[in-house]
Amino acid sequence: MVIACKHVWDYLSEYIDGTLSVETRELVQRHLDHCGICSAILDSTRNIIILTADERVFELPVGFSERLHAKLDLEFARAQDR
Amino acid sequence: MTVSPFEARDESKMIASIVAGNTDLYHELIRPYERSVFMMALSYMKNEADAEDVAQEAFLKAFRNLADFRAEAKFSTWLISIALNEARGRLRRRSTARTQSLDVPEEQGGVSPALLRDWREIPSESVERLEVRHMLQRAVGTLPDIYRNVFLLRDVEGLNGAEAAQALGITIANVKVRLHRARTLLQKDLAPRFKRLEPQKKRWLPWS
Repeated sequence: MVIACKHVWDYLSEYIDGTLSVETRELVQRHLDHCGICSAILDSTRNIIILTADERVFELPVGFSERLHAKLDLEFARAQDR
Repeated sequence: MTVSPFEARDESKMIASIVAGNTDLYHELIRPYERSVFMMALSYMKNEADAEDVAQEAFLKAFRNLADFRAEAKFSTWLISIALNEARGRLRRRSTARTQSLDVPEEQGGVSPALLRDWREIPSESVERLEVRHMLQRAVGTLPDIYRNVFLLRDVEGLNGAEAAQALGITIANVKVRLHRARTLLQKDLAPRFKRLEPQKKRWLPWS
């Protein structure tokens, strides 16, 4: 069975996560083996996921932890007074 | 998902000890989750000051209610759901006039990716460029809320499908659909921009 590009796109996310059934995965794999466009879509999607997951992209504001833990210490002191 | 070193800690033991009065241990318990809680608060509040407020409040509430924590949930998911409730509550109070639902119904129909003939790998070092970080932050920031929340939990914070579903109070199937759309929207937005990105020129600094 051959599937069209449009249908392959629907499976790419699960293909990346490895959650497709064996049959579907094979079907998608066979399509990817000969379709440059879908392979490029897969590679770019994967690449973008890796980049956004890089911890340098989303960082805590400067001093966030210090302010948080200082606030917690106040709360602990208050809890002890009770 | 990579197994973080924090998974090896026995959090239920830590929690029992904190509840018994060893409050200082709470600092250590929450440290691995500071970013997740802040990121999710930011996803809802859309500005850093409010997000920090929400995050602080969530950590305080979690501490006050720690004795009620039941081990069938993971501490991290429980914590994130407290933060999300806090953020939703604030937004609801703020927008009594504008009654725009936060959880808009699922959009019908699929989204299509950007069509490319080939893809030149963007290496991880490129996120050292401010320009690249801004592109990524802006693209994630402009995703529709329901997709961004799922994307952040799954792909940025590394929760699995079941954990993300639990934190957000939606089904695992919904997590899958939203994650797929989020990734496709990001690819559609970012892939053409990245294709136009100039490769980093080697800079020869006089002092290097």
